[in-house]
Amino acid sequence: MRVKRRYNQRWPAMRVIKDNRLIDDRWQRIARMDDDHALPAGDVIVPFHYWQAHREALLTRGSNIGVCINGDIETEELAGDLDHFPLIALEFPAFTDGRCYSHARLLRDRYGYRGELRAVGDVLRDQLFFMRRCGIDSFELRNDKDIEDALRAFSEITVRYQAAADTAGPLYRNR
Amino acid sequence: MYQYDKYDQTLVDERVAQFRDQTRRFLAGELSEDEFRPLRLMNGLYLQRYAPMLRVSIPYGLLSSTQLRMLAHIARTYDKGSGHFSTRQNIQYNWPRLEDAPEILAELATVQMHAIQTSGNCIRNITSDQFAGIARDELEDPRPYCEIIRQWSTLHPEFSYLPRKFKIAVSGASHDRAAVQVHDIGLYLVRNEQGETGFRVLAGGGLGRTPYIGSQIRDFLEKQHLLSYLEAIVRIYNRYGRRDNKYKARIKILVHSLGAEKFRDKVEAEWAHIRDSSLLLEQKEIDRVRAFFTAPAYDPAAGMDTSFADQYKTSPAFTTWVNRNVKGHKAAGYRAVVVSLKAPANPPGDASHKQMDVIADLADRYSHSEVIVTHDQNLVLPHVKQADLYAVWQVLRENELATPNIGLLTDIICCPGLDYCSLAEAGSIPIAREINRRFDDLDYLHDIGDIKIKMSGCVNACGHHHVGHIGILGVDKKGREVYQLTLGGSAENDACIGDRLGPAIDKDDVVDAIGKILDVYVEYRQEAERFIDTYRRIGIEPFKERVYASKTAVQPKVASYAGH
Repeated sequence: MRVKRRYNQRWPAMRVIKDNRLIDDRWQRIARMDDDHALPAGDVIVPFHYWQAHREALLTRGSNIGVCINGDIETEELAGDLDHFPLIALEFPAFTDGRCYSHARLLRDRYGYRGELRAVGDVLRDQLFFMRRCGIDSFELRNDKDIEDALRAFSEITVRYQAAADTAGPLYRNR
Repeated sequence: MYQYDKYDQTLVDERVAQFRDQTRRFLAGELSEDEFRPLRLMNGLYLQRYAPMLRVSIPYGLLSSTQLRMLAHIARTYDKGSGHFSTRQNIQYNWPRLEDAPEILAELATVQMHAIQTSGNCIRNITSDQFAGIARDELEDPRPYCEIIRQWSTLHPEFSYLPRKFKIAVSGASHDRAAVQVHDIGLYLVRNEQGETGFRVLAGGGLGRTPYIGSQIRDFLEKQHLLSYLEAIVRIYNRYGRRDNKYKARIKILVHSLGAEKFRDKVEAEWAHIRDSSLLLEQKEIDRVRAFFTAPAYDPAAGMDTSFADQYKTSPAFTTWVNRNVKGHKAAGYRAVVVSLKAPANPPGDASHKQMDVIADLADRYSHSEVIVTHDQNLVLPHVKQADLYAVWQVLRENELATPNIGLLTDIICCPGLDYCSLAEAGSIPIAREINRRFDDLDYLHDIGDIKIKMSGCVNACGHHHVGHIGILGVDKKGREVYQLTLGGSAENDACIGDRLGPAIDKDDVVDAIGKILDVYVEYRQEAERFIDTYRRIGIEPFKERVYASKTAVQPKVASYAGH
């Protein structure tokens, strides 16, 4: 019942873009976490530092756990824990901060992460194409922006010179 | 030259449509100025002092006559009639309207051109040797690699929001004409002991507020690893380059703060992971791109011509022009003609739409329809038969494009400065004009000989002042335009940052100071010694004493300097 109440409080459920479609989101992202406050029930995304400090408690609480990292945290730091996370959120503190593009590629290509990679923070339509190419597959758009409009971002450019998370080889192999 | 296929064409067409929509959303208030800024910059559009400025990409400086005519058309239709060629081999228009920018880009796309990544914190236009493909001192034509890098870097998903702009240059000749060592990444084509060609890799060069010469981080890179190695360098930069201060955000600061060794270790460690990935460059692809850059069908009889020798003997003005503006060519009987955009009254690097049309016609008639933009802000007709030089010269002369000053004092590299640029603190075009007015005697210019004057109107150093034999930097000092002079810089094989001469000089005294510097050179030079060589031999003191003598003369302590 508690889970349901939580959802009721934030009704309508937040919508995110996942695999180029709009879906209702089941995750609750905890942006800042004080130790003395209890986590809400249900699937939660916690800051990476909170994961590090409360790893055992999180693993036994019986919900899905996602972590949120930003450009300051090295992907190497969470490489050993990836199996615990069905979702990793990559935080863009400003849309011009491009470090998480590299994070996404490293998580996909180097560490073989197959879970959900979600862009959060200053996430805007005109960067989604690049994010998607780097392996980010869900997007929490900044809430003052039109999320339906943002769906157009994925079809604007169809040519991809480089191999990336969405393209196995370089374009020249098709020529 | 490279020709677009359906993929390249689709990409630029889609990009135009995308930018048209972004501009519409900005004008409709759906995108804020902050949100729109990187988008327009990555399409070449700046909002400037008086109007927007649009920078169009000219990959490694190579243009067809058709493309040059399009640039003329844009100057005529959307600008006040001219364009400014930049040190990065691009062209800039200073008076387009924001609303017209998508239409201009659409017109460019019809001739396989674009403005993608000519600004913004991303990988910019790849630059190269203006004599690529024709130089006698060339080991291998660098342009196929420039094109391969261009495609790899275009809309690169990971590297479109770097900490700061990122510039790559490639040279394949023994004489560096591409300022390779002052680029974020510099690549020299070299041969190893096994006789294979590959790349010597430098990183961390750059000018701006804190100038550095690039550090060598690999002495030989096999060609197949070109893209994986670049990706490793740029990934390290994207992850660790500073983002808290835009003046410390270039890769040069990262390389310098880590030290070249440590930086290289990071790059090599990253590279070890990706070197055998799909980034491995296939020989088939190198061959495919290389096929676009084969030499045109030269006339085997061109070398038999005797008319040129006669004309060279009989017309002194022609002789002077040939000596200065005509360069050697690897094909017998052919020459490369440098078209001077440094006529005395002309802002350095500017060409009118009429001049662009004239040059395009000359290219069609005499130069296999090719034109090249140089790092020094001139144009080149790369394949002119020696028998045609006289005819080409006459047309150029009628159009004020034959000033015989290539490599001389008045062949100034110069940014747009306070006249156009919103970053500028001081004028640079007026100083260039004054230098031209003062040193208008051709005999004097030829007597002074090879010298590079480079001038920027602010510390961002678009005019490369740090690497001028004489560098001029305009700054604002409490509302006054003053100029700092540096001596002894170079952007060539012996690249180095110039030494500061002394306190900044008032605008009215700058050209006097240059005159004094040249006087010192003339007095001290030995035989045919160039300015830079004299400077290196005698050091900065004699120049300093002369320039500041009259000022310091009023101070009793250093009165003895007066009269030098």
